[in-house]
Amino acid sequence: MQPLEPLTVLIAEDSAADRLLLSTIVRRQGHEVLTAANGAEAVEVFRREQPHLVLMDAMMPVMDGFEAARQIKTLAGESLVPIIFLTSLTESEALARCLEAGGDDFLAKPYNQVILTAKIKAMDRLRRLQATVLQQRDLIARHHDYLLNEQRVAKAVFDKVAHSGCLSAPNIRYLQSPYALFNGDLLLAAYTPAGDMHVLLGDFTGHGLPAAVGAMPLAEVFYGMTAKGYGLAETLREMNAKLKRILPVDMFCCATLLSLSFQRRTVEVWNGGMPDGYLHCIATGERKPLAARHLPLGVLSPQAFNDRTEVHSMAVSDRVFLLSDGVIDTCDAQDQLFGVERLQQLFAANRQPDHLFEEIEQALHDFGGEARDDVSMVEVSLLEAAQVSPSAPVYSDSGQSCPLDWSVSFEFRGATLKRFNPMPYLLQLLLEVHGLRAQSGALYSVLAELYSNALEHGVLGLDSSLKRDAQGFARYYEQRNARLDALQDGYVRVHLKVTPEGEGGCLAIRVEDSGKGFDVTRVMQRPLDDVRLSGRGVSLIRQLGRNAGWSDDGRSAHVEFFWEALA
Amino acid sequence: MAEIQVDRNVLSALQEVMEEAYPELLDTFMADSETRLRELQKTADAEVLSHVAHSFKGSSSNMGATRLAELCHELELHARDKSPSEIIKLVADIHSEFADVRPVYEAERQRSLTH
Repeated sequence: MQPLEPLTVLIAEDSAADRLLLSTIVRRQGHEVLTAANGAEAVEVFRREQPHLVLMDAMMPVMDGFEAARQIKTLAGESLVPIIFLTSLTESEALARCLEAGGDDFLAKPYNQVILTAKIKAMDRLRRLQATVLQQRDLIARHHDYLLNEQRVAKAVFDKVAHSGCLSAPNIRYLQSPYALFNGDLLLAAYTPAGDMHVLLGDFTGHGLPAAVGAMPLAEVFYGMTAKGYGLAETLREMNAKLKRILPVDMFCCATLLSLSFQRRTVEVWNGGMPDGYLHCIATGERKPLAARHLPLGVLSPQAFNDRTEVHSMAVSDRVFLLSDGVIDTCDAQDQLFGVERLQQLFAANRQPDHLFEEIEQALHDFGGEARDDVSMVEVSLLEAAQVSPSAPVYSDSGQSCPLDWSVSFEFRGATLKRFNPMPYLLQLLLEVHGLRAQSGALYSVLAELYSNALEHGVLGLDSSLKRDAQGFARYYEQRNARLDALQDGYVRVHLKVTPEGEGGCLAIRVEDSGKGFDVTRVMQRPLDDVRLSGRGVSLIRQLGRNAGWSDDGRSAHVEFFWEALA
Repeated sequence: MAEIQVDRNVLSALQEVMEEAYPELLDTFMADSETRLRELQKTADAEVLSHVAHSFKGSSSNMGATRLAELCHELELHARDKSPSEIIKLVADIHSEFADVRPVYEAERQRSLTH
C-alpha cells in the first residue's frame, strides 16, 4: 500500500478525554495534530493553520460543529478540506444536518482505530483527487489562454499578409468567419501587373495552428508571383512544390485558383480537390460547375504536378461562386450531410443574387442547428476596366543607376515555350527604366498580349475566330493545350530597345514568331472599341501602346512606349 | 460488581493505543467526568442536561464504561419529557455508577504506572 503522506489534522472536540484519545490515535498514524475545544476555536485554528482534514464533534459549546463546518467549508473555497463528524448522534435527522453543513463522513463513538485510519485514508484520496482536478483545470485554462494568445498573434501577423491583397475590391464578395484560418480556410486575392485579378480559395487539412502554418508560405508565393506577373500555371507549380517540400505527408491544401481577365472577359480556373465552384451566367441562368480536376496542392512531386487550367468566357454581369467543404459537409443531428443537392436547390430558389450568401448561411444554420467556423464562400465578378485599381508597386531604388540606352533580343524556342513564361522576367527588366514604371500595367498587358499572340496564333497556329462563342472558346483552349504538349519546333523572338529622347525616352518592342502570319489589313480595319472575344487583342495593343503595327504578313508586331521627363 | 460495568477489552485496546499516555488519558477522563457530574447537578435546564449527557455519553463509551454511557444516553434522550424527580433519580444513578467505575480506572492507572 502506498504510504500515507503526513497530513495536518484538526481535531475539534469539547470532551478532553476524547480529544486526547483521538489526538493520540491520529498522531500515531504519522499526522500532525491541531486541537480545538469548540467550534469557534476550530474556525480560528483553521484560518491560521490551513489543515488538510478536520475531525469535528457535532455538539460543542460556544459554536457547534455544524456552524463551524459551514464556516470552514467557506474558508476552504475550491480546495476540498474533508470534514469527518465525530458523533454519537443516532437520529437520522441529526446525521442529515451534518451532511447539509458540509460534512463528508461520520465517525461514531466509541472510536474504532481501524475504521478511523481507513476513513482518513479515504478522505485523503478524495482530497488529492480534488486537488489534482483543480490543478489540471488551471493547467488547461492556462494552456487554453496560451493557445488563444498564439492564435491571436498568428492571426494578426497573417491578417497583415492576407490583407496586402485586394479582397476589398468591388467585384469580390466573401463570407468567412474571423478564425476560419484556424480551420485551414484561406482566401487571397491580388492584381497582376496587367490589372488581371488572381483569387485563391484554399482549405488546408487539419485544424488549429497546424492548419494555419501552411497558409503563410502559400500566401507569400501567391502574392509574390502574382505581383511579378506570373500566370496561374507558374504560380501553381511553385505553390505545389513549396508545400510538398515543407508540409508533412498527411498535410496538403485543397485549392481553387482563378485568374480573371477584365480585358479579355475570361476566367481561368484550376481546381485541386475543392468542391465544385460555379460560373453563373446571368443571361442564361446556367450554372457551369467548375469541378476539381486535380489533386490538392502539396501532394504530387513537381514532376507529376499538373498545372493545366480551364478558361471560360465571362460577361460582366456573370459571377463565379466558390465555397469550402464546410458548406456541403455540414451535418445535421442525424449525421446527414447538407450536400450539393441542397446547395443547388438554394441556387434555384435564389431570386436576389446579392442575398445568396445569407440564404446559404441561414440554410446551414437551420440544417445543422449551430454556426460553423469552417464555412468560406466567395463570389467574384468582372470589373469594367476603368474600375481596376492595382496598387502601384513600391520601388526602393533611387533611380541613379537607371539604364537608358540599350537593346536586347531573346529567342524562346520549342521546349522553352512549353513551360517557361518569360513575361515576369521581361517586365522586371523593363521596370529598371524608371520612366516606364508609371505605365507598368499597360506595358505588361501589351507585352503579354503580343507574346500570347505570337505563341498561340503564330507558333501554335490557333484560329482566333474559334473564340467567338463559348463552345469555341473551350475548344480553343483544348487545342492550345494539346498543341503546346506536342510542340517541337518554332520560336518567339522578343526585341526590346530603349533610347533616351531629351529628358524622357522611348521603348520599342518587336515580337516575331515562326508562324504563318495573318491578314493584317483585314484585322486593322476593325473598329478600336471591339470587345469581342476574338481579334488577337489587336485593339488592346493599339489602344495602350503607340505606333502599333504589323509586318512580315503579321509575323512581326511592333509597338512603342514613350515617357517624358520625370518629376 | 463494578468489574462488569467496564469493558476490559476496551481498556486493553486503549492502553495499546495510548502507550505511555495511558495514565494521562485515565486522569483526563476522571477529571472530565467530575466536571460533567457537577454540571449535571447544577442545572435543571433540559437543554443543558441533554447536551452534557451527550458529551458524557461519548467519552464514557470511548472509555468502555458501558452502563454509564447507557444512563447518559437515557438522560440525553429524555431530559425534556421526564419529571424533575425522575431526572434527579437518573442524575443520582449516573453519579453512583461513576462512583462504582472510578476505582477501576484508578486501579488501571496505578497498574500502568508501576509496570
